[in-house]
Amino acid sequence: MNTLLRGIAVLAVTGTVSLLAFSLPSGEARGDGGDDTLPRLTHKAWQQECGSCHLAYAPSFLPKASWRRVMGGLDQHFGENASLDPATRADILKFLEANAADAGPSRMGRRVMQQMGPKDAPLRITETRWFVGKHDEVARATWSRKSVGSAANCAACHQRAEQGAFDDDSVRIPK
Amino acid sequence: MIKRLFCSSLATLGMASAVALAADTPGSLMARYAQAAGVPVAALSATNGAALYRTEHPGRNAQPVSCASCHTANPKQAGRTRVGKAIEPLSPAANPERFTDAAKVEKWFRRNCQDVLQRECSAQEKGDFIAWLSQAK
Repeated sequence: MNTLLRGIAVLAVTGTVSLLAFSLPSGEARGDGGDDTLPRLTHKAWQQECGSCHLAYAPSFLPKASWRRVMGGLDQHFGENASLDPATRADILKFLEANAADAGPSRMGRRVMQQMGPKDAPLRITETRWFVGKHDEVARATWSRKSVGSAANCAACHQRAEQGAFDDDSVRIPK
Repeated sequence: MIKRLFCSSLATLGMASAVALAADTPGSLMARYAQAAGVPVAALSATNGAALYRTEHPGRNAQPVSCASCHTANPKQAGRTRVGKAIEPLSPAANPERFTDAAKVEKWFRRNCQDVLQRECSAQEKGDFIAWLSQAK
């Protein structure tokens, strides 16, 4: 009987520990891929909430200060109401800050920050010098094609954007 | 004792997941909104719901906006966000996941009524809206 009880206790403890182990690193980077492939991030609320109207943009595209501005003005998010309940908002902001361009060891973040002033906190990824430099060969008229919509629509041209892959080989600019 | 603790925590887990899985339905949401509006469910109007969906309002840059601007004139079709991402159909007949999560429904009414009507929608309007969408076969 004692053995049985002990067995159950061990099982319960192992169960709890493994549950914790799986739930703690939510959204943790699993390592940078190539130069233009972002680490896979798995934060559920970020994917669901930020990804319902547009691609869930990677936190490493903007510094912490930018994400604080973005998440502080969700009721007027580029002309749309994207408000969240306070708990979800705080949860997502924490994740964005932890993985921001100036936070983690991400290669993408380092490159974004190399061209950013220390006090810069742009609201749009498309305003960063890094983004502008990367897309300088794309004509203005291309962005406004109906098939593209706007520069915010990464996946229009980056076929594997949803997987975090932004390498030149997977770019197809639609007509 | 440990066994009892373990069993009761299992039971609690079970209850928690049952609550998480307890799905709302278009019907249960209509009942809830009708009650909040203080009217019987039968007083919800699909006609008014359709009008709410289609009526255009002055939007940004003087461009008229309606629900149909993003969800298209036919809610059984996929729509498109302003950024260009696809929106799954709004009609439960075309997309059974619609109106099965009260918190999600409230979130989008809150956001989109503000964007399109520049105000919140009333409980009656929300009920009318679902009444219309769930009647379309």
